[in-house]
Amino acid sequence: MDIWTFGWTVALIGMGGTMLVLWLLSLLVLLLKKIFPYKGEEAASAKE
Amino acid sequence: MESALLAGLQGLLDGPSHLELGQIVMILTGSLLLYLGIAKGFEPLLLLPIGFGAILVNIPLAGLMEKDGVLRFFYDTGVLTEVFPLLIFVGIGAMTDFQPLLENPKIILLGAAGQFGIFLTLLLALALGFEKLEAVAIGIIGACDGPTAIYVSSKYAPHLLAAVSVAAYSYMSLVPLIQPPIMRLLTTEKEKKIVMGIVKQPVSKTTKILFPVVVTIAASLVAPLGTPLIGMVMLGNLMKECGVVERLKHASENEITNIVTLLLGLSIGATMEAGKFLRLETLMVLGLGLIAIVLDTAVGVLFGKLMCLLTGGKINPLIGAAGISAFPMSARVVQVEGQKYNKKSYLLMHAMSANAAGQIGSVIAAAVMLSVLKGMGIG
Repeated sequence: MDIWTFGWTVALIGMGGTMLVLWLLSLLVLLLKKIFPYKGEEAASAKE
Repeated sequence: MESALLAGLQGLLDGPSHLELGQIVMILTGSLLLYLGIAKGFEPLLLLPIGFGAILVNIPLAGLMEKDGVLRFFYDTGVLTEVFPLLIFVGIGAMTDFQPLLENPKIILLGAAGQFGIFLTLLLALALGFEKLEAVAIGIIGACDGPTAIYVSSKYAPHLLAAVSVAAYSYMSLVPLIQPPIMRLLTTEKEKKIVMGIVKQPVSKTTKILFPVVVTIAASLVAPLGTPLIGMVMLGNLMKECGVVERLKHASENEITNIVTLLLGLSIGATMEAGKFLRLETLMVLGLGLIAIVLDTAVGVLFGKLMCLLTGGKINPLIGAAGISAFPMSARVVQVEGQKYNKKSYLLMHAMSANAAGQIGSVIAAAVMLSVLKGMGIG
C-alpha cells in the first residue's frame, strides 16, 4: 500500500470514526439521563 | 604501588575523557527541561524527571541504559510493556469529573473535532518523508494528551518516544500561548461576543456511575484495540463516581500516579541519548507537534462555527478550541478570551464540557486509529 492510500485511509476513517463514536456516546448519555433522571431527593440527601 | 595509584587516578579521569560534544549538548538540553519545569512551571511533574533522566543517560560510562542499567529496567518494565501510561490513565480517570459533559452531551462532538489535528498531522508527516508508523506516532501529539502519545509512540515508533513525549508535554503547557491567536483569527467580532445560556441539567448518581461502564463497552466494541486506553480511564472514573472504593480511588490519583509519573518521566528521559536524539527528525517532530495542536484548535473553532450556524447563533465558536485534552487549561483560555470581547459572556462551564469531551475524544481517536491500523494489517 502506498503512503498516500495509507494516509488518507487512516485520516478519513479516523476522523469519521472518532466523530461517530463520540456521537454514539452523546446519544447513550441522553438515553441514560432519560432512564435515570435526576431526582430532587438526591440534592436533599447531598445537603444532609 | 605507583602504577596502582596511576590506574586508580585513570579510573577517575575515564568519565571526562569519554565525554563527547553530543552528550554535552544533551546534558544542556536536560538542564533546559529542568529549568522549564522548575523556573517556568511548564508541566514540572513530567519535565523534571524527563530532564534529569536525559542528564543521567548522557553521563559517559554510567551505563544506565545498558543491559542491567536501572533506567533500562524502568523502560523495559513500564514503557515497552505500555504499563506506565495505562496506570496513569487510571489516575486520570479517578481525577476527572465528567459532570459538565453529562449535563450538556451535545457538546461532546467538539471533543471529536478537537482531535482532527492528529490525522491532518499524520498526512503532513507522510509528506515530509516519515515512515507510516512514524507518522502515526507524530500525529498522536495532536491528542494533546501525554499518556496517549506515549502509549501510541512506544507501540509504533519507540525511537521517536522522547521527541514525541517532550513535544506533547511542552505544547500542552503552552496551550495558553498557542490557542488565543488562532481563536481570534478564525472568529468574527460578532461570534466572539455570543452569550451562551446557562445549561442546568443536573445528572443522577446512577447516570454518573453507569457512564464509564457504558462508554467502555460501546467504545471498545467499535475500537477493540483501544480497550486498554478506554478501559483504564473509565475504571478510574468508575472508582471515583461509585463512592465505595475510596482507598483505591485515592491511591490511583495519588500514590500510583505519582510513582508511575516519576518512573515514566525518567524512562522517557533515558531515551534521550545523544546519538538517538540529536537528529534533524527530532526538530521535525517538535515542529509537527506544534502544527498538530494548532490544527486541533483551528478545526475545533471551525466546528464551533458550524454548530453556531446550525443552532441559529446559540453556540459561541470559541468553545470549540476547548475540544482538546488539555484539561482544564484550555477551558480557562476560552473563558479568558470570551471575557475580553464581552464582559457578560461566561463560557467556562460550556468550555469545560468541551474540554471533558476532548479528554474522552483523545482516547477514542487513538483507539480508533489503533483499530484502523490493525484492520489494515499494519502495526
